[in-house]
Amino acid sequence: MASPNKPLKGALVGAITLALVAGVGVGLVTGVRWLTAERIAQNDETAVMARINEMLPADAYDNDLYQDRVQMPPATIIGQDHPFTVYRAFRDDGPPVAILPVTANDGYHGKIHLLVAIRGDGHIQGVRVTYHRETPGLGDRIEIAKSNWILGFNGRSLQDPKFERWRVKKDDGEFDQLTGATITPRAVIRAVRDALVYFERQRNTLLAQAPPDAGEERNE
Amino acid sequence: MNDYADIVRNGLWQNNPGLVQLLGLCPLLAVTGTLINGLTLGLATLFVLTGSNVAISVIRRAIPSAVRIPVFIVIIATLVGVVELVMHAYFYDLWGILGIFVPLIVTNCVIMGRAEAFASRWSTSRAAVDALAMGGGFTAVLLVLGALREFIAQGTLLADADLLFGPIAAGWTVQLTPPGMGVLLAALPPGAFISLGLLVALKHWIDKQLVQPSTDAQPAIQTTDTPASPS
Repeated sequence: MASPNKPLKGALVGAITLALVAGVGVGLVTGVRWLTAERIAQNDETAVMARINEMLPADAYDNDLYQDRVQMPPATIIGQDHPFTVYRAFRDDGPPVAILPVTANDGYHGKIHLLVAIRGDGHIQGVRVTYHRETPGLGDRIEIAKSNWILGFNGRSLQDPKFERWRVKKDDGEFDQLTGATITPRAVIRAVRDALVYFERQRNTLLAQAPPDAGEERNE
Repeated sequence: MNDYADIVRNGLWQNNPGLVQLLGLCPLLAVTGTLINGLTLGLATLFVLTGSNVAISVIRRAIPSAVRIPVFIVIIATLVGVVELVMHAYFYDLWGILGIFVPLIVTNCVIMGRAEAFASRWSTSRAAVDALAMGGGFTAVLLVLGALREFIAQGTLLADADLLFGPIAAGWTVQLTPPGMGVLLAALPPGAFISLGLLVALKHWIDKQLVQPSTDAQPAIQTTDTPASPS
């Protein structure tokens, strides 16, 4: 066996090589990230806008949805564990609409992400599923592409039906379940109901428009 | 492996990653719900595999043996990071559909396997050919499996082709059987396993046919002068 320096030298050479390769790798990924950043941001915004425009046609509001978005603090009632973005649509001659991102944690196969659009009078403008892993052919019929079930929320509020009736018919409620899937619709119904509750509590903050002068709105 | 033709035959057929080596089964089963999904992940994997094989082959003499696995991982992870960003920017819908399976390409054993078994030992041109063959073989399996499962579960082929090929491909989808006649099992994981098993069996059967093309098997040893009469 050679001098005690050999293993150390070998380790050093190995470490330096690895560090060099890692450096090149990080540099490459960072570079590509910088090159694609703008396009990625555009894509993300376009995707959100497309979802929103499904429920709320572009000519139904006057403002720039992206500019008028607000950050809200975490709200576990709608499954948001981190600060989240709410989009608002305003028009001069009609009710404002808040578009809330809602997460149901109790789907059959995990989380279901929704966008819930609620008008200023507390009635639902529309609901769309943006992400889920429910069973194809069964639970996935909460998607608008697969069935019209999700349209059953349009126009509903916490008075229509009353809070206790916000369940599937099987559980003594007003909403249809899906054939062969009960857990999935249960989760979505509960999430939409809780979105309405959250909206009631936070309505002033959610629909606050920036006043012409630079006054501050009180947060509730 | 000296002959390029050998390398190609090996990757595409004899040692096909999906049907023979049975590597990369997690993405193979999870994203082959449709032809387009399978094809997309296959192409992404092919790109990473080729980049990784070439990069590793180029610097193979400079990598100390003790750190070779971490170096391979860093190279593969870098390439996957680049692929994911490019997909997020230019193939947004497919990126959303494939979801977590794009970053999971890092864990695909085909890529690490070829890095260790081939790219770190052979010349760059051979490593590139090996990557194209292995990646091509893998993509072919993804494509066939995706087509099979899509057809059985939905009755269509090339659904959502425009997500990969652009607006001109919007009309490429064919509905071969009426909607609603599909077998749901094919869209679910058990159906994926069954379909893969059938493809592996099919490959074995084809191999057998290539060895014994006629139904009358030639006797291994000629025991008499008279030719065996066909039965």
